[in-house]
Amino acid sequence: MQKQYEAVFTMTPVLSDEQMKEAVSKFQKFLKDKGAEIIFEHNWGLRKLAYPIQKKSTGFYHLIEFKAEPQLIADLELEFKRDERIIRFLTVALNKYAIEYNKKKRMKQDSEKAEDKGKEAEEKEPEAKETDNK
Amino acid sequence: MAQQQNSEIRYLAPIAVDVKKKKYCRFKKAGIKYIDYKDANFLIKFVNEQGKILPRRVTGTSLKYQKKVAKAIKRARHLALLPYVTDLLK
Repeated sequence: MQKQYEAVFTMTPVLSDEQMKEAVSKFQKFLKDKGAEIIFEHNWGLRKLAYPIQKKSTGFYHLIEFKAEPQLIADLELEFKRDERIIRFLTVALNKYAIEYNKKKRMKQDSEKAEDKGKEAEEKEPEAKETDNK
Repeated sequence: MAQQQNSEIRYLAPIAVDVKKKKYCRFKKAGIKYIDYKDANFLIKFVNEQGKILPRRVTGTSLKYQKKVAKAIKRARHLALLPYVTDLLK
């Protein structure tokens, strides 16, 4: 039976944006190939670490929420360990409360995004008008 | 009222009166079922300045949720969202 999991991993800050995306897509592909269903993804971007890891003080954080067979997790973690770009990772099985919490959080974020977009659109409009005047 | 206060002074040690604010478990009260380890700003409320986990007797958290708080903090530490040791966290 498939279970829902959540994996957060940190990549070294020496990577360029493209390299970072490439690393992320590698794990997405790995999960998809093994029959996992990716539910949600979130890129936290470059974040300061609370303490240095491998003498790095920042890292790219990425979160993947997915449904998979429990046997897959060991493979995934092995893949994380083998990848030199990954400096930290954590895979957690989600219980029903966690799933609910994540859903709520996502809905909140979505509505906020929609609001932001609305605001942006509002902000852009007057700017456009200004340029027209010039 | 004034007389009562005067009479209390006679005791060597002040009698324990239930003036202290009753501690309560904020998770039970707010109906929070899941504690997110990714939310470092929230977890920071449960650690002291050195990044140590505060005891239940200080925060008033119930045993059930104290375990979850501790787990979430430990996970956050692993992901470098919270420090293991530090000074002047707050």
